[in-house]
Amino acid sequence: MSVATSGAYLENLLHGQPLPPASPLAWLNRLRAAAVDRVGALTVPTTRDEEWRFTDISPLAKLTFQPVTVAPRLRAADIARFCIDEAPIRLVFVDGVHAPELSGAAADGGLVVGNLAAARVHAAAIEPHLGRHVDFNDSVFAALNTAFLYDGALVIVPPHARVATPVHLLFIATQKDAVSYPRCLVLAERGSEVTVIEDFVTLQDAAYFTNAVTEVAVGDDARVTHLRLQRESGAAFHIANCAVALGAASAYRSIGVALGARISRLNVNVLQAAEGAECTVDGLALIDGSQLADTHTMIDHAKAHGVSRQLHKCIVAGSAHAVFNGKIRVRAGAQRTDSSQSNRNLLLTGRAQVDTKPQLEIFADDVKCAHGATVGQLDAEEVFYLKSRGMSDAAARSLLTYAFGAEIIDRIPVASLRTRLEKAVLERTADAA
Amino acid sequence: MIYEDSKILLEVRGLRATVDGIEILKGIDLTVRTGEVHAIMGPNGSGKSTFAKALAGHPAYRVSGGSVRFEGRDLLALAPEERARAGLFLGFQYPIEIPGVANSQFLRLTYNTLQAQRGKDELDPLEFDDFVREKMKLLEMNPDFLDRSVNEGFSGGEKKRNEILQMALLDPRVAILDETDSGLDIDALRVVANGVNQLANKDNAVVLVTHYQRMLGYIVPDYVHVMSAGRIVKTGGAELALELETRGYDWVSAGQREASGALA
Repeated sequence: MSVATSGAYLENLLHGQPLPPASPLAWLNRLRAAAVDRVGALTVPTTRDEEWRFTDISPLAKLTFQPVTVAPRLRAADIARFCIDEAPIRLVFVDGVHAPELSGAAADGGLVVGNLAAARVHAAAIEPHLGRHVDFNDSVFAALNTAFLYDGALVIVPPHARVATPVHLLFIATQKDAVSYPRCLVLAERGSEVTVIEDFVTLQDAAYFTNAVTEVAVGDDARVTHLRLQRESGAAFHIANCAVALGAASAYRSIGVALGARISRLNVNVLQAAEGAECTVDGLALIDGSQLADTHTMIDHAKAHGVSRQLHKCIVAGSAHAVFNGKIRVRAGAQRTDSSQSNRNLLLTGRAQVDTKPQLEIFADDVKCAHGATVGQLDAEEVFYLKSRGMSDAAARSLLTYAFGAEIIDRIPVASLRTRLEKAVLERTADAA
Repeated sequence: MIYEDSKILLEVRGLRATVDGIEILKGIDLTVRTGEVHAIMGPNGSGKSTFAKALAGHPAYRVSGGSVRFEGRDLLALAPEERARAGLFLGFQYPIEIPGVANSQFLRLTYNTLQAQRGKDELDPLEFDDFVREKMKLLEMNPDFLDRSVNEGFSGGEKKRNEILQMALLDPRVAILDETDSGLDIDALRVVANGVNQLANKDNAVVLVTHYQRMLGYIVPDYVHVMSAGRIVKTGGAELALELETRGYDWVSAGQREASGALA
């Protein structure tokens, strides 16, 4: 793609819809203005960019997306099937626009769950974090999202508070050719504990573009569980940037599941900004047809005594294409870092493709780091074992494929979500087998 | 046990099989009747495990000659899953681990698959739970093994108990147990053997494939067959196993070579 085309595309995205009205908060206006500047300076990445080598997003730039001026009013019944029994605290966004009438269960005990646009009262808490963790200097998509920063999910967990039920952030795409900019900010203060579910769903099958940014700040001794479900339409484009900053002795556990989208790209950047932080960054991509799912993760051990664990799995059917790029960085001084990373890929057809690139960058000398990647097909001995018990070839393959994905899904600590995903995986694998 | 009015379950005639183009089985004859326990013994590389897997339909073993009839049907024309549904069971030497699938889920799935094929009622999770716990008592298995992933992290003995548990659930006509005694300590061996003895009856048959005599101290075979270089070279009663234990396999193989020499 030429730079000129790229420029026109960005120009259309940037000026095809009105920028958000000026905020009374000067710092927020400066943040948006800086993002607008970066959009002007950056281009849409191509496969010539190292970070986008395996992911050709030119189909995205060929389409024209319309701004969402008015989001349709949905009824509770329209979204009932997306609700999660265990998660009464819910924030709903329709095409990126906050829908208070669909959002449920007011928070209490100092917990803040609300719309960013209406959060002036929390400005002092937000300012040090909003737009500070996700780097939009080099990411045109993060810059675009920040330029349009208005509505968004804000979760603030006060010090030492334990939120008993998960907080469900539901983003629903309803309009063809629409572009939306979901935004989340999660602040878990010192010693607090919370589970957040970011959930991207759709009510339609057409093409649209979700460009999401999420920032999570985990305070000292705080514990955050972050579940991320991407269930966009098969024609959609989903590009997301997620940045996480970990305080001392904090724990962050994330599980991302990607089932939808024609092309999806998720960048996760976890910074262990203080000593003794622990993180688990797991993922599952289950794709078929001509889907492309790209996951780029970076776990940055900036301080000593950090622990990181990562298991990322891809199940690739049809002529789909999965990409995994997992970087572990151990900076000088991050001694006694303990890190392990594993990427396992299952190709169900001869046309399925995976590109995997685990990377270790170690600048400290007293560390324990292990990483590895495997790409394979179903094991013939395993298939035979099941067939020798009377299962058909298709049933045996489906069960083994399901089992491959279940290793990740079983780690989701919300039972109804686990059941729902297990069902989705079984349906998909039954089709693929 | 040998019965007067027994019926033929399995009839193998001149079975030949190759692996990667190399002939491993060179003409096997074996007849198994209801009620019988057979032991197939032999040194490593004699082809006894190949024989077991070829009967179960393992895709890596290509049958290149001979015939196998199973209750009158042409066994070799059936896919592995059809053989299982017809009532053939293979207890694996190295049972496969399936992380991510609960053992209870797997056992119920295989049980119900066969029940459906046999036109019998399937069991829902609660009914099956009662049923499988009863069967587990037979093998002195801790019910915790239902909640764990299939064979994952099981010790050698636990995996073999899980194999015999599947045999108990699937109720086969012929169970071929491939080196079920390997990797078992003496207590586990006793438990597993006791389980097999309780499952054996006058309507089914058991074929034990084993290198050592020690399991045959618990499961007394009606026939002992010795394999060498892809053939059954000697058949006797339970006493043959004891003789092999004291004299080793060489004298049988040597006798076979002499016999071949005499024929030539």
